[in-house]
Amino acid sequence: MLKGTSACAGCSSSLSLRYVLKGAGPDTVLVIPASCSSVIQGIYPNTALNIPVYNIAFAAAAACASGMSNAFRAVGKKTNVIVYAGDGGTLDIGIQSMSGAFERGTDFLYICYDNEEYGNTGMQRSGSTPLGARTTTTPAGKTDEKKDIDAIITAHDPPYLATACSAYPQDLFKKVKKALAIRGPAFIHILVPCPSGWRFPPEKTIEIGRLAVKSGMWILYEREYGRLAISSPSKAAMKNPIPLENYLAPQGRFAGISPKALDILKQRITQKIQRLTEEEKGIC
Amino acid sequence: MLMVATGNRAVAEAVREAKPVVIAAYPITPQTGIVEQIAEYVSHGVLLSRYIPVESEHSAMAACIGASATGARTFTATSSQGLLYMHEMTNWAAGARLPVVMANVNRALGPGWNIWAEHTDAIQERDTGWLQVYTGTVQEAYDTTLMAFCIAEHNDVLLPVMVNLDGFLLSHDMQPLETVDCGDFIPPLHLPHAIDPQNPIAYGPLTGPDQYYKFRWDIERSMRDSVNVIGQTQAEFARRFGRKYGFTDDYRCDDADAVVVSLGTLGKEAEVAIDALRSEGIKAGSMRVRWLRPFPKLDLAGREVVVIDRDYSFGFGGVLAHEIKAKNHIDVCSVIAGLGGQEVTYDDIAGFIKNRRIGEESWFGVTPGV
Repeated sequence: MLKGTSACAGCSSSLSLRYVLKGAGPDTVLVIPASCSSVIQGIYPNTALNIPVYNIAFAAAAACASGMSNAFRAVGKKTNVIVYAGDGGTLDIGIQSMSGAFERGTDFLYICYDNEEYGNTGMQRSGSTPLGARTTTTPAGKTDEKKDIDAIITAHDPPYLATACSAYPQDLFKKVKKALAIRGPAFIHILVPCPSGWRFPPEKTIEIGRLAVKSGMWILYEREYGRLAISSPSKAAMKNPIPLENYLAPQGRFAGISPKALDILKQRITQKIQRLTEEEKGIC
Repeated sequence: MLMVATGNRAVAEAVREAKPVVIAAYPITPQTGIVEQIAEYVSHGVLLSRYIPVESEHSAMAACIGASATGARTFTATSSQGLLYMHEMTNWAAGARLPVVMANVNRALGPGWNIWAEHTDAIQERDTGWLQVYTGTVQEAYDTTLMAFCIAEHNDVLLPVMVNLDGFLLSHDMQPLETVDCGDFIPPLHLPHAIDPQNPIAYGPLTGPDQYYKFRWDIERSMRDSVNVIGQTQAEFARRFGRKYGFTDDYRCDDADAVVVSLGTLGKEAEVAIDALRSEGIKAGSMRVRWLRPFPKLDLAGREVVVIDRDYSFGFGGVLAHEIKAKNHIDVCSVIAGLGGQEVTYDDIAGFIKNRRIGEESWFGVTPGV
């Protein structure tokens, strides 16, 4: 990734992309559906990315990568094929082609960088927007809960699935390396705090990511051939999470969240911590 | 090799000969025979392609795009609703200048569900930047599919090609087929803009109002250049394999006072009608348009023209009729016939010609007297 992207100040999607590309190395092709990264890479004839980038229609990234990976493997090329898609392109409009590509065992890495909104089009609600968050299409706060895409992908039984956050670059870097070393479909779900959409100052972009993990609202883990391992930043956080309010308060999108929504968010954190702890211990 | 085969089988045989690296497809009636046959070839190792059984037509075209972008030869097949579902990606394939070859088995659009022949599916793809060719026999479907790879991949073209065959009337009809050993007729694909990590390029990024139109013009420039490439390819095919094809397939047109123009199998039916009319002393001919894009120059000067459309643009008219009117600056008799597989016999076509009223449009089975 070269200097001079057209990302917003404090954009953690572009930060994450930098770590991803560091982990992936030069023999890599990036497939990008309509998303913030369509803009971040720059305007023709310039580009901020020093690897081939294939821009493709919103719903089509995984299918495009599927064709690309098959064509490379057919001629013995090991080139990494990485989809870098937003939450809208993954959980909503792209879910069909993504499900198909995972079901077919495509040899690729699918990365969903999740800013919990349609950021590029002006912060509209997506299936990934959390309950209670205000967006331009949920001005009174979202009334539905965030879709659990990790559970959906886990149901496809991929050899590798991980969550990550832009505020933990080393963890993300290691996960990208591991995902690309494994043959078959791999999925990494990165939480990327968005200053413009979440309404917090750009300089807090790392801090917000850390609060997400420390509060348990976002849990870092990996599931390798079905075996779950909680990642170290989340281990401590899950034992003793900080109050959720500490994560929500600095973000304008949660201003005026109803006590009921807050309560549900807290319940979900408790449930998820319990579920993952039990899974790691082999209880469930 | 001589055999008796369906149109679907003929397309699959041609694909086996063309040896794509990647085939991605989703089944839809009446195209299924093509993809089933290809899957057989692949599973038996007769064809060493990667066959990606995608979960939708949108993904079929997206997968072909991804594969083609690496410089690999690609193929897919679809029909009707499937073609419409991939519409976003057909535009993308052409805009990305990828020589994907696709067979489309022409079928009507719902509702109501109708699996029979109509051209409205492909006609709705007319403005996407794809070359479109319509075939009238099983042999022609085979030969044209082979030629489609040469034309699409020619570096003066680098645009996708859609080979059309009428649902059931051709896809499932058994006719004699002579397959060829195609040898080096289809040269290896050298995609100048193939993905290469050693030479990183951003494909299809944000392109502003100061640049975008140049890429659109480039598509049109290549579309115009494709006229020569099609001509050369058809001539080379004739030289090697003895079967001649043009932009149109003309039947007894030379001295004809009236010419019936159509697409696909209607044009073969029309030939029988022409013979019947000739035996009555009526000097009629048939001109079957093969290439709809790029649209050919039609030699219709001094004749009365009857155009049969197995398609329709609501609120406007038969699409082929209006394209001919616009390109040739003539008025025609427009007949809308064969929609959703409506039976049209050679007697019916002879009737269209005999009862022609230039400047009028009639719907077969609806307009009184037609």
